[in-house]
Amino acid sequence: MAEQNTSGSTTAGSIEVGTAGAGAQLAGPGTGRAEVRQPIDARVAVEPSYDVTDFPVPTGREEDWRFTPLHRLAGLHDGTAVSADKGTDKVELGLPDGVTAETVGRDDARLGKAGKPVDRVAAQAYSAFEEALVVTVPKDAVLNEPVKIDVHGEGGVRFAHVVIDVKPFAEAVVVLNHTGSGTRAANVELLVGDGAKLTFVSVQDWERDAVHTAQQTALVGRDASLKSVVVTFGGDLVRIHPRVTYSATGGEAELYGLYFADAGQHLEHRLQIDHDTPHCRSNVVYKGALQGKDAHAVWVGDVLIRAAAEGTDTYEHNRNLVLTDGARVDSIPNLEIETGEIVGAGHASATGRFDDEQLFYLQARGIPEEEARRLVVRGFFAELVQQIGVAEIHDQLMEKIESELAGVA
Amino acid sequence: MATLEIRDLHVSVEAENGPREILRGVDLTVKQGETHAIMGPNGSGKSTLAYSLAGHPKYTVTSGQVLLDGEDVLAMSVDERARAGVFLAMQYPVEVPGVSVSNFLRTAATAVRGEAPKLRTWVKEVKETMAALQMDPAFAERNVNEGFSGGEKKRHEILQLELLKPKIAILDETDSGLDVDALRIVSEGINRVRATGEVGTLLVTHYTRILRYIQPDYVHVFAGGRIVESGGPELADKLENEGYEAYVKGGAVA
Ligand SMILES: Nc1ncnc2c1ncn2[C@@H]1O[C@H](COP(=O)(O)OP(=O)(O)OP(=O)(O)O)[C@@H](O)[C@H]1O
Ligand SMILES: [Mg+2]
Repeated sequence: MAEQNTSGSTTAGSIEVGTAGAGAQLAGPGTGRAEVRQPIDARVAVEPSYDVTDFPVPTGREEDWRFTPLHRLAGLHDGTAVSADKGTDKVELGLPDGVTAETVGRDDARLGKAGKPVDRVAAQAYSAFEEALVVTVPKDAVLNEPVKIDVHGEGGVRFAHVVIDVKPFAEAVVVLNHTGSGTRAANVELLVGDGAKLTFVSVQDWERDAVHTAQQTALVGRDASLKSVVVTFGGDLVRIHPRVTYSATGGEAELYGLYFADAGQHLEHRLQIDHDTPHCRSNVVYKGALQGKDAHAVWVGDVLIRAAAEGTDTYEHNRNLVLTDGARVDSIPNLEIETGEIVGAGHASATGRFDDEQLFYLQARGIPEEEARRLVVRGFFAELVQQIGVAEIHDQLMEKIESELAGVA
Repeated sequence: MATLEIRDLHVSVEAENGPREILRGVDLTVKQGETHAIMGPNGSGKSTLAYSLAGHPKYTVTSGQVLLDGEDVLAMSVDERARAGVFLAMQYPVEVPGVSVSNFLRTAATAVRGEAPKLRTWVKEVKETMAALQMDPAFAERNVNEGFSGGEKKRHEILQLELLKPKIAILDETDSGLDVDALRIVSEGINRVRATGEVGTLLVTHYTRILRYIQPDYVHVFAGGRIVESGGPELADKLENEGYEAYVKGGAVA
């Protein structure tokens, strides 16, 4: 198999041990929590801020913008999108009993608690949104069906803000589903209360011409757990940025991602996990397939283990399957460790073509080549879907994968 | 009656310093109902022969012919060969992540039989065959060969052999890595298929111990990329006593 592997563990030499600066205090609008520290990314030159004017217009040479084709961002990065045609969404909510959803103004006290925007586009979204959606899962509520937020873009430019507030000891699955078209910059805040469990699924099933950027900022409470699932199939340019910080010990974050880039699509997933608190865990698995000319997938996984974060256990893994010539993958795991007192830390990244041995084995059992390829790709993703283990989205994911597979030849 | 004819087969692999010839003129005819043991030292090219017959892309046929009932096997793709009735049980079966055994078996049976087997009889057939091979039914839901032990992988190969009912079965070192019990169970599976009288078997092995369970009609000694001696079962006894020494001296091995 023509596969390039990079992997590391605490014993391997491929880990950067850095000395990132101390955390700055967050003073957001509303009731900013003094103890929430704001991550400072090694690769982000500018201080996080809610104000778009704090960020210079990116040129494409910046570390965090160097893979993104700026000219396809529809002006989200340089301010011109603000004066472009305002767009509309059709939003449909599915709310299990006890869950509330409110549309609130910019000054609502519940906004801005999870963390600040870290790049110009996220700050642009924060500076320009007019109303926000706040979904609250009350304390102790254990939902037995998912909260559904179906967003259907009807064209034009949208700046969006969503807060998912899961109160202590509540358990919820929230599915944010994007279809339709348009240009969209969003911030999603995920507040996972003490002892709560949130599974947050973000599906990007856009029409081929859509542009979508989103910063999904999670704050994980004491002994709380977050499962983030990011699924990207559609769009012209999609750039999703899940971020995790922990507000107390015992937090757990699993970040899964699944993407399928077809000809000409740019699908970018960058994530940051800031281990600033002792005895927290994180596990990242992102898998993608690419087919067609100029299909481009970018995966950047930044994990920072700060000096205070003793007992951290973290692993990140990205795998890409390149199905045809002319597709391109940039996969960059990055682990910075400031303390040796950890349980484990590692990363792996592999980008490969079809495994000839797998294809041979299947064909040697009479299975025609095309069908064998589909079996292998379906298996590649099915493995992840099994691991994600969220029954509510299992069928939807496999169906989407199936329809993408129709194009695998 | 199905017949596989191998005529003066030459095969090369791409080595670091250019192509390297591994098979140097193999001649062999296997008829339905017959069992041929191919025995030879490590590196003599036994697996190369097996994989070349199945059409593995790593091996380049530089000259010679392979015919199945007069049809040119070398002109067929890997899957066409399998559908024509050639089956290779591999020395090192491949893991296919995310593909369950039951899905795999059914997809393969559908391809080989030309139509999807009827669900009810199929499930029964698979269950019974697995039971005969003493495979836990839970294997059906596991991913193909993933995390299987060496012995479990070999049972899984023979399970496929029994379900796919080929005309020509090439078994590459099916005996290696098996303990005595597993060797017996796997051999019984092979013998069930042989007993139908509808398969020609090419039993590739390094050791004679599997021949205690499976009586070959012919034994061929493979060395240096070709058959250097052929005989009946008594030839295996000679190899058991004397080893391959006589055949590898003088640089006969590639
Ligand atoms: N890519 C390659 N480059 C160079 N030599 C190769 C390559 N692939 C196979 N060979 C050589 O071909 C020869 C035959 O290998 P093969 O696997 O067919 O032997 P075998 O008889 O099956 O051995 P064993 O009993 O160990 O299974 C060996 O010497 C092997 O090293
Ligand atoms: Mg071999």
